[in-house]
Amino acid sequence: MTPFRTLRGIAVPVDGANIDTDQIIPARFLLRRRTPDYGRYLFHDLRFDTAEQGRGFVLDRPDYRGAVILVADANFGCGSAREQAPWAIQAFGIGAIVASGFGDIFYANCLKNGLLPAVVEPDVAARARALLADHPGSAMTVDLDRRTIVLPDETSVSFAVDEAHRRRLLDGKDELSLTLADAAAIDAYEAKRRVELDWT
Amino acid sequence: MRDAAARRPTTLAEQIWARHEIRRSDRGESLLYVDRHFLDETCFFCFEDLERRGLAVRRPELTLAVADHTVSTIDRLAQPADAEIRAALDWVRTVPPALGIPTLAADDQRQGIIHVVAPEAGIVLPGLIVACSDSHTTTHGAFGALGLGIGMSESTHILATQTLWQRPYRQMRITVAGRLGFGVVAKDVIMAVVARIGAEGAAGHIVEFAGDAVTGLSMEGRMTLCNMSIECGARAGLIAPDDTTFSWLEGREQAPHGAAFTRAVAAWSTLRSHADAVFDRDVSLDAAAIAPMVSWGTSPEDADVVTEAVPDPAMAPSATRRNRMERALAYMGLTPGTPLDGIAVDRVFIGSCTNGRLEDLRAAASVVRGRRAVVPAIVVPGSRAVRRAAEAEGLDQVFRDAGLEWRDAGCSMCVAMNGDRVAPGERCASTSNRNFVGRQGQGARTHLMSPAMAAAAAISGRIIDVRRLPPAPAP
Ligand code: SF4
Repeated sequence: MTPFRTLRGIAVPVDGANIDTDQIIPARFLLRRRTPDYGRYLFHDLRFDTAEQGRGFVLDRPDYRGAVILVADANFGCGSAREQAPWAIQAFGIGAIVASGFGDIFYANCLKNGLLPAVVEPDVAARARALLADHPGSAMTVDLDRRTIVLPDETSVSFAVDEAHRRRLLDGKDELSLTLADAAAIDAYEAKRRVELDWT
Repeated sequence: MRDAAARRPTTLAEQIWARHEIRRSDRGESLLYVDRHFLDETCFFCFEDLERRGLAVRRPELTLAVADHTVSTIDRLAQPADAEIRAALDWVRTVPPALGIPTLAADDQRQGIIHVVAPEAGIVLPGLIVACSDSHTTTHGAFGALGLGIGMSESTHILATQTLWQRPYRQMRITVAGRLGFGVVAKDVIMAVVARIGAEGAAGHIVEFAGDAVTGLSMEGRMTLCNMSIECGARAGLIAPDDTTFSWLEGREQAPHGAAFTRAVAAWSTLRSHADAVFDRDVSLDAAAIAPMVSWGTSPEDADVVTEAVPDPAMAPSATRRNRMERALAYMGLTPGTPLDGIAVDRVFIGSCTNGRLEDLRAAASVVRGRRAVVPAIVVPGSRAVRRAAEAEGLDQVFRDAGLEWRDAGCSMCVAMNGDRVAPGERCASTSNRNFVGRQGQGARTHLMSPAMAAAAAISGRIIDVRRLPPAPAP
């Protein structure tokens, strides 16, 4: 996992609370291989009609081309556990999502992949989206070291991210390789548990 | 850890958590032991990851793999036309078993949706931690187990270590007190809860369901309730185990037997929140006030009792809510003020891990018995065991006689990955759990409801309050 420190670049606003992972990547793409064009599945049915023609969704507007930050609303990524959702977001080039809340499973999935889910107050997310809509193509900065976001109007706000997750993102450390060092503790737990659950 | 738990009043979820905590990191995360880990045919990504890292599966016998999302409900033995589905089903048939993982491939007689087959086999027991890279793992909370939906990376982590890192969650209790009225079932209760607290209402929380309307539910009903707790964002939803739980488990293939069962029941009986345990949030609903529910929008929170009308976005409490409602209604092709009772539907789906169990099929059958479906309807049992049990009672014949299609087990039209789908613009009365845009197929319009309500929609061709149906014609 690449360490995450600061990200600066074009930000794109995606309106609407409760954007579920079925919107982020429809189920029919879940078996697809993660080829270089995987980003095409991101918000696929919002972006393309049944004839694969563009619908002019915000992500595809020329002003927002090359966006690296996505600014959403409340409960972003609710619904299914599919990790393909953060995969598609990253494949599109997005490295951080700013929203007033995330679905719990989606949130964890982002972190495992080094994609930063930054939680801000609802009015901050709304202001950022309004600024981005009024000034398409403007940039934002997400600074994980300082836990701040610089909005398009150059005002700086802080965001919430769990400290354990912040450290792991900064270090770019992979959770699984760390847990393997706990093998002895897991062995000990299993031995104790076998006795406890004598009915199993 | 257990001593600490004994000193302080704790919730059921906290007790289960404490018993599974191997260690806590200096950053406040718990390394939890996972007792049961479930996989489906889309999990091949995890095994590729594992192989890349040169890691083995630590406890294959605590794992269960099934084919459910992509299996055909028409002909189980036919080669799927879709190459990706073929590869996924071949993968699940070959790879997990080769690693010693118990596997229910598409053609296995015990196959079905993971959240139906695991409890059926007695694999899910009170006090356990169950994880699966599927959000409806909350289902298993019905047994007083902690059911955690996770992602693929976490599944890989469990395969390699049998553990999961988790931050502590806030605790919430939802009490449904009183008696449910005639024609009101678990599906209506959970839909009422989601409508009341919203799709984000329980995010970051583990929810314990309590109250006599909850304890009065059968295990099937409890599974429906916990299953959809994810629809209000709950990390997990659970119910303290009781005699209903124990008698349901007794005799199940993988549940403890004989003296071990007696010992287990003694241990399980202690699993409950302390009387003075503190919940971060308490919500109460009056059971008598709950009526058959129907969704009208594109989030499970967009739902109301069937006697109400499609709401008017103009009355929305905020501009963002109005905006979302307008978009939902445009997608659903609905006009504000239209009574829900009476909306014409194009097809009906009865099934899914929410409502694909025997009790659900009985409820649907009792509505269609002696009548005729006027729109296409499919009945998809949640498992092949449910299918056999239903056939033993003649339910398949009731459905067939009424013109509903009797299918084989799987996820089917709940997620539309196997070819069973709702056509663009079509309106479907569905017993599944999500009315998301495109969930049942691109452009599909989903109305969530209970099995009896969906069955009533099949015979009337429109959404109808099942309590209003005249009694079934005499046989
Ligand atoms: S039935 Fe639907 S919700 Fe349940 S596991 Fe299958 S796809 Fe998921």
